Amino acid sequence: MSNQSEMRAVYNETLIELAEKDERIVLLEADLMRATGTKSFSQRFPERTINVGVAEANMVGIAAGLSTTGKIPFANSFATFASRRVFDQFFISANYAQLNVKLVGSDPGITAALNGGTHMSFEDLGIMRTIPKLVIFEPSDPISLRKLVQCAAKHEGCTYMRLHRGMASAIYEDTEAFELGKGKVLRNGKDIALIATGVIMVREALKAAEFLAGEGISASVVDMHTIKPIDRDLIIDLAKTCGVIVTCENHQTVNGLGSAVAEVLVETMPVPMARVGVKDLFGEVGSVDYLIERFELTAASIINQGKQLLLK
Amino acid sequence: MLDEAQLHHLMEKAKQIRIQTLEAIGYLGVGHIGGCMSLVEVLTLLYYQHMNVNPQYPRKRDRDQLVLSKGHAGPTLYSILADKGYFDKDWLHTLNKGGTHLPSHCDRNLTPGIDMTTGSLGQGLSAGIGIALGNRMDGIHSTIFVIIGDGESNEGQIWEAAQAAVQYKLNRLIAFTDSNRLQLDGFMNEVMNIEDLVAKWTSFGWFTQRVDGHDFKQMDEAITLAKKQETMPSMIILDTIKGKGVDFAENQPSNHNMKFDYATAARVIAKLQAENGEKHE
Repeated sequence: MSNQSEMRAVYNETLIELAEKDERIVLLEADLMRATGTKSFSQRFPERTINVGVAEANMVGIAAGLSTTGKIPFANSFATFASRRVFDQFFISANYAQLNVKLVGSDPGITAALNGGTHMSFEDLGIMRTIPKLVIFEPSDPISLRKLVQCAAKHEGCTYMRLHRGMASAIYEDTEAFELGKGKVLRNGKDIALIATGVIMVREALKAAEFLAGEGISASVVDMHTIKPIDRDLIIDLAKTCGVIVTCENHQTVNGLGSAVAEVLVETMPVPMARVGVKDLFGEVGSVDYLIERFELTAASIINQGKQLLLK
Repeated sequence: MLDEAQLHHLMEKAKQIRIQTLEAIGYLGVGHIGGCMSLVEVLTLLYYQHMNVNPQYPRKRDRDQLVLSKGHAGPTLYSILADKGYFDKDWLHTLNKGGTHLPSHCDRNLTPGIDMTTGSLGQGLSAGIGIALGNRMDGIHSTIFVIIGDGESNEGQIWEAAQAAVQYKLNRLIAFTDSNRLQLDGFMNEVMNIEDLVAKWTSFGWFTQRVDGHDFKQMDEAITLAKKQETMPSMIILDTIKGKGVDFAENQPSNHNMKFDYATAARVIAKLQAENGEKHE
């Protein structure tokens, strides 16, 4: 569990491994190669690296064009630009055109930290979730990152990945198998289910479950790495088993994981639920330690909201 | 250089395509007549003279490709694709009808022979760059043509793409600007002027030419010169008349998307048919 890796390094290594086996893999950057950590990919495969400069819309359009020739383009930017700034290009040129573009938004939510509110994406999942057929995922550790990027490369169709680029502890064993659209049960409980996504919130949910266990409350924890398509069967199982659900996301509570889970529950098996996430606020500058408190994304918030539900 | 027989053939084809397109839009009763008509000659020249394409194999990997970034001119391209045998000519009467293969804006998944989905203005040049880069990676030396509008050139993404094509030395990329001087809301110099286009594209590093977009000889010479470029992408600005050949639409600020009935279309078609090969000197 203490085995830490830098996520962007894992992403870069995974892309290189994929590119060595498959000449269709192409990397696109918009002048953030140093941030995304793909420099060594560009040195290993200069002819398969396109850096468009500070021009994200053009990057996504070029990725779409490359895809028509059979390439598998991975296009990287910060999550803010990869979602808000290029929405129409990604929507029309890539998704509506039924192409195969892998868009990656790094520094999601509060991990934008010192870049501040302009760079803080609390809405990218919501924006992306409205695109038909798009697969959206957010790995929670280095192992799931590697495996899910491999899944994305194999998937025929567009994907959007949220990439936490800093350090993260391993949650999974190297041998763990992953499938897009299938959540991972990290802990089995019977009183409450904590459904989380991403490095920070899966970590906080695990902390919360550990604390609740000390108080005699048995919590399931699920790493819901794929936001779309959401794992309906797993959500329904959790509702049946636990009867109470708390979602945990480094994102607005509107339109993200919490909304996706609520949509399933309300149509199938309504149970009491709460959504831990950003409550209709813009981002702001600060350290991750400051911001996690500021936006109430901590294990304490999860515990608090969970307990309130159990009291009802 | 086009010889007289080729020129005659192209002029006859252009007349046929203009009539077919007008007929298809007239059959529906509404459409982007202006931008469709201004592109008849360049599309005819590309598909009947310059492009290496095979209607039997619309996705053949080493084909020349066209990205019609001003996707609303799709009906003209559909007329040509139907004439070349990509699909049945009867499809032209299904334009914009529910379930059609021929939507108002080009869709690569619906229409055989359409190389890229377009319609949200500003996006096609980037896609063309991606295709050219993909071809280069695979050692394919075909030519990628992109047609943008002058109104479309208000879009910032066009100028992002203008930088990238030069940076990546995409000499197999030949773009055209359909400079018909009208945008949806009116004359460009009154809404949002984009001139001097030659100065702009030249300063971005493109091999830039400006010719009469209804003159086959001028366009053919420009394309031939563009194909000889070894390091620069090419921009050929076409001076055109929006609504060309359709008397009630020509140069009318309202001609971007016009309603007209079949009888009106039929009257203009009869007039066009009566014209005996208008000369383009």
